[in-house]
Amino acid sequence: MGPYILRRLLIMIPTLVVISFIIFVIIQLPPGDYLETYIAELESQGEWVDPQQIRMLREQYGLDEPFLQQYWTWATGMLHGDFGYSFEYGLPVTEVVGDRVFLTTLISICTILFTWMVAFPIGMYSATHQYSWGDYGLTLIGFLGLATPNFLLALVMLYFANVTFGTSIGGLMDPQYLEADWSWAKFKSVLEHLWIPVVVIGTSGTAAMIRRLRANLLDELHKPYVVTARAKGVPPFKLLCKYPLRVALNFFIADIGNMLPSIISGAEIVAVVLSLPTTGPILIAALQSQDMYLAGSFLMFLAILTVVGVLVSDIALALLDPRIRLQGGASR
Amino acid sequence: MSEHYVNPAPFDPHRIERMSPEQEKYYMASQWRLMWWRFKQHRLALFCGVLLLFMYASILICEFLAPYALSTRHTDYIYSPPQPVHFMHEGRFVGPFVYGWDHTLNMDKLLREYSEDTSRVYPLQFFCAGDPYRFWGLWEADLHLFCAPEGAKVFLFGTDRLGRDMFSRIIYGARISITIGLVGISLSFVLGILLGGLAGYYGGWVDASVQRLTEVIRSFPELPLWMALSAILPVTWSPIWIFFGITLILALLDWTGLARAVRSKLLALREEDYCTAAQLMGARPGRIIGRHLLPGFFSHLIASATLSIPAMILGETALSFLGLGLRPPITSWGVLLNEAQNINVVAVYPWLMLPVVPVIIIILAFNFFGDGLRDAADPYKH
Repeated sequence: MGPYILRRLLIMIPTLVVISFIIFVIIQLPPGDYLETYIAELESQGEWVDPQQIRMLREQYGLDEPFLQQYWTWATGMLHGDFGYSFEYGLPVTEVVGDRVFLTTLISICTILFTWMVAFPIGMYSATHQYSWGDYGLTLIGFLGLATPNFLLALVMLYFANVTFGTSIGGLMDPQYLEADWSWAKFKSVLEHLWIPVVVIGTSGTAAMIRRLRANLLDELHKPYVVTARAKGVPPFKLLCKYPLRVALNFFIADIGNMLPSIISGAEIVAVVLSLPTTGPILIAALQSQDMYLAGSFLMFLAILTVVGVLVSDIALALLDPRIRLQGGASR
Repeated sequence: MSEHYVNPAPFDPHRIERMSPEQEKYYMASQWRLMWWRFKQHRLALFCGVLLLFMYASILICEFLAPYALSTRHTDYIYSPPQPVHFMHEGRFVGPFVYGWDHTLNMDKLLREYSEDTSRVYPLQFFCAGDPYRFWGLWEADLHLFCAPEGAKVFLFGTDRLGRDMFSRIIYGARISITIGLVGISLSFVLGILLGGLAGYYGGWVDASVQRLTEVIRSFPELPLWMALSAILPVTWSPIWIFFGITLILALLDWTGLARAVRSKLLALREEDYCTAAQLMGARPGRIIGRHLLPGFFSHLIASATLSIPAMILGETALSFLGLGLRPPITSWGVLLNEAQNINVVAVYPWLMLPVVPVIIIILAFNFFGDGLRDAADPYKH
């Protein structure tokens, strides 16, 4: 077990290095930099910019240094917990990011739990009642969830939540709790708002998960050991829970790796529509104004979140399923 | 115990077991024919295939199908809701017609309220002259499938904030929205086959590095990366370049799935007996790959490519919705949905969300069609 975890951790390092490099290339690609955009904006408003000040800013942020050097500064800074400086906010990136990454993580975890809760019974039903009307109906609903663009569903749900439950529009809690300390009422308010993004993001992943669980269970259900157990007279439900489901459980854990990137993607766009205080809206703003360190750090956080999530799911899988450990080299 | 008897006459299995004409037809059929037979059994997939065919055919004649031109403004009919089409007037069948369409200003809510004037009946005209357009950019024409008669308007899906007909705009938007998936998938198809093929064929460090690259790309949430990449596209680019830029971005992150499929199939099929047989008979690698390996999994590739088109269409829609993708004057369903960005629209002008209907239809169609293709791709499996 130990060597397996160690090997996975070692593989993670070059992956993260490559990811950080790709991200830095991407945020550097747009022509010009934040200061140029900033100067142009000031000048268009008829304000005069002190060239001395600009030169100082340039020097301070190393904008004139060669590309690789800038990357090196940024990457090594991250190791010390220094993610750079946000020009737009005039604050270190870590302070801007703060709670937002936490909230993105919270929403992602809730979404995974929601997806499981929905996909599990439906997948079981679909597999045991293959080709029945229930199977077709549930599959169709799943596909509809897959095909509806998240952002629009979010808008519609927001509207109906407002009309039927009186939930305030946008944000993750009622406005009066924004500055308040954590209390039961605030917690309840957060829960009231949280279910919309969770359900919306969940819909797209659920369909895929139902399909995969159904296929997995169907494979298991036709295996000889199930036939033997049935011949021995084990009640159908007990039989289902005792053997095939346990095998399919592994796959639930393994699927986190597939789900996480799409959940985080979904979380971003839904967050923009619902104006949630997560990474989504700020990331877009940062990308548009070329606030490169802020955008880069966000992208990096999201990537780390995904990579670590996949790692955790792989380790959990290795704990559950001895075959994974024995296979050695196979990484997924 | 009698001695075991063996008939010395030559044995011809065909004389014992005669093949019926159907069996003969089945055993002699080519692989593609078998696939077609199998695909035909999947009714839903067949239906979706036909539907997709119609949708793609419609973009060729969208000017003719749409009652109005893309940017014709009806300034008297701003934010008009969808107009119902009736068939019966006072218990009498008249064929499709619309009533007169009046509006009053509601000063309490600051809204225009539209209502039908049932005294005026305007039967729809078919194959009539309407807004002029250049058909395929070649001929001047003004023929439309249907239009409203003199003095009346027909807005099947309502109008937007500039008084432009939503129905016409959705039909025009299909041109961009459904081709972007095809162009994107052909780019990622080439990338996937090339990189996956290299990895599967050469193995070793090429394989290892392509594998790592796919892993890195797959472990990244798609949408934020798309957003970052499309933020690179300069604002000064012409719409057509933006279109290609977005397609390229969608394709750049999508090839990994195909590359994996190509690689694993190549690795698996390389070990098959028929491949060894071909090698022993002296076939060159080019012939083995082209004649023996590729046909074995090309159908799978097409199926999995079909299944990844919906993600591209949704990706474009999401990007354009956020304002990072295509921009007006290019009209795609995502650009149209960009208008429906705030909650007011849901409450007051819900018909602006109608472009989502064709998005859902085409994504469902591609999913079922791809499912059918995937089942048919392996005609020997039962």
